[in-house]
Amino acid sequence: MSAAAEILVPGKAGEGEALVLTAPISFWGGVDPRSGRIADVRHPQHGEVIAGRVLFLPGTIGSSSASAVLMELVHNGRAPAALVLHEPDAILLLGLIVAREMGWETPIAVRLGRGQFDTYRGAAVTVAADGAVSVAV
Amino acid sequence: MSLALSPEEQATAAGQDGAGMAMRIVAESARLLGAPRLIPIASTHIDGALYHGDSGTLFAERLVEGGAKVAVRSTLNVGALDLMGCSRIRLEEPQRGMAQRMMEAYRKLGCEQSWTCAPYQAGHRPAPGSDVAWGESNAVVFCNSVLGARTNRYGDFLDIACAITGRSPDYGLHRPDNRRARLIFDVSGLSPSFLASEIAWPVLGSLYGREVGDAVGVVTGVANHPGEDALKAFGAAAASSGAVGLFHIAGVTPEAPDVETILAGPEPEAVIRVTPQMVAKARAGLSTTAAGKAIDAVAIGSPHLSHAEFDSLERLIAGRRLTVPVYACTGRHALALLEQDGRRKRLEASGVVIVADTCVVVTPIMPELSNGVLMTNSGKFAHYAPGNTGYAVLYASLADCVESAVLGKPVFTDIAA
Repeated sequence: MSAAAEILVPGKAGEGEALVLTAPISFWGGVDPRSGRIADVRHPQHGEVIAGRVLFLPGTIGSSSASAVLMELVHNGRAPAALVLHEPDAILLLGLIVAREMGWETPIAVRLGRGQFDTYRGAAVTVAADGAVSVAV
Repeated sequence: MSLALSPEEQATAAGQDGAGMAMRIVAESARLLGAPRLIPIASTHIDGALYHGDSGTLFAERLVEGGAKVAVRSTLNVGALDLMGCSRIRLEEPQRGMAQRMMEAYRKLGCEQSWTCAPYQAGHRPAPGSDVAWGESNAVVFCNSVLGARTNRYGDFLDIACAITGRSPDYGLHRPDNRRARLIFDVSGLSPSFLASEIAWPVLGSLYGREVGDAVGVVTGVANHPGEDALKAFGAAAASSGAVGLFHIAGVTPEAPDVETILAGPEPEAVIRVTPQMVAKARAGLSTTAAGKAIDAVAIGSPHLSHAEFDSLERLIAGRRLTVPVYACTGRHALALLEQDGRRKRLEASGVVIVADTCVVVTPIMPELSNGVLMTNSGKFAHYAPGNTGYAVLYASLADCVESAVLGKPVFTDIAA
């Protein structure tokens, strides 16, 4: 299966095991910038690691330092392989924009309705440079 | 509508220097936010100089190497170090060195060394109706609500990019229509004695943020101007418990001479009638533990203490010796006044630990304790201290905080709502 998603921030195409979050997350305080582990004990996916995964985000809680955490993950090599967002979060995605300006390789970020997230749960997923989100064969 | 840049903005964005990088960051943010254009801004307040990791330091240094300078007045929020040397910060190398390099890079970019989360009490007060780009949630809400200047919540990186370009995306609270109130938060059911008490405003702010979220509301039923420090405490608590960027108080704040003027429509979308029970619950919710036999510390000054708040602190201590330390967080603007009249020495002799340029929830200052109990009169400290310091929190008035610090055990005075 494959869906064409709108590109929010262009970047390196990604492939990895899908991590579909079931609740919105605040990157600041919610994700450890060194390891990429979900640190928020109240989050349903607490303990999962977002590094190298295709991360499906149903929503984000906008801390104004979310961008700093995402950029730090990129810098530490612990960023997701690709980000799939239900709706754009300008503060979070700014982390990718600034990392790209720094000349660091950043993952692609695309927009896809969260109603489609379930199709990808647990699968190995590819997000192509043109924004196509598909289950790897 | 897609983003349109002026020829000058396009020319800047094409540059390989620091200004070009800053303009591309502002433009890309504007595109993601759906803003049709950029608008000129009069000033910025920058939260991005607080160390969260090496990448932020490298970014600021890249701007410096690219010859970037701020184009408008730019004050700095707290850093991770106390450059005034008042308190000892337990930040280890190499983080300490990277935090220092970051603070230095922002200085080289031309930012003022204000290092405070209360820039509005350190002489940075933009004119009503002017567009600015401010970061730090309490400063944003004060700037919008009490000063009547216009800003969104500008996060890390975008704040300094706006400062360098002198531009920000045209969206959100920059637009007058989005500043009008949709909800009424009516406090007329509370007793005048409670409304006149010090704890009223942080507690009401915490309740307001939870009830209103990111909507714009107007508070009604306030007979007298509660004073600037009370509005500071209200806004800081509201911006901690909800995503509040702007509030109005009918008859008090500049855009709300009365309810009718500021409401978006003929009728509000909702009216929240605040009861004494709601206040009691909100007040209790600020504490994360039951009062035990002892406390380990008191922390005050989030937002940073004003000169007037130091007056109250000194009056309440009344020359007594504290059993547990009172960490009093403030900026250089207030510290300079304390030095002038010898009050800093007197306060420190009593057992007050003055913390300048930073505060106890953003950098390690208080000793690491497994079951530490912290008392505070700040709604914002009450919100962030458990997660950031590991201390459990007891919320109380400043008077109770000082009595508790003198005795080393929690003391509460009943104030009925």
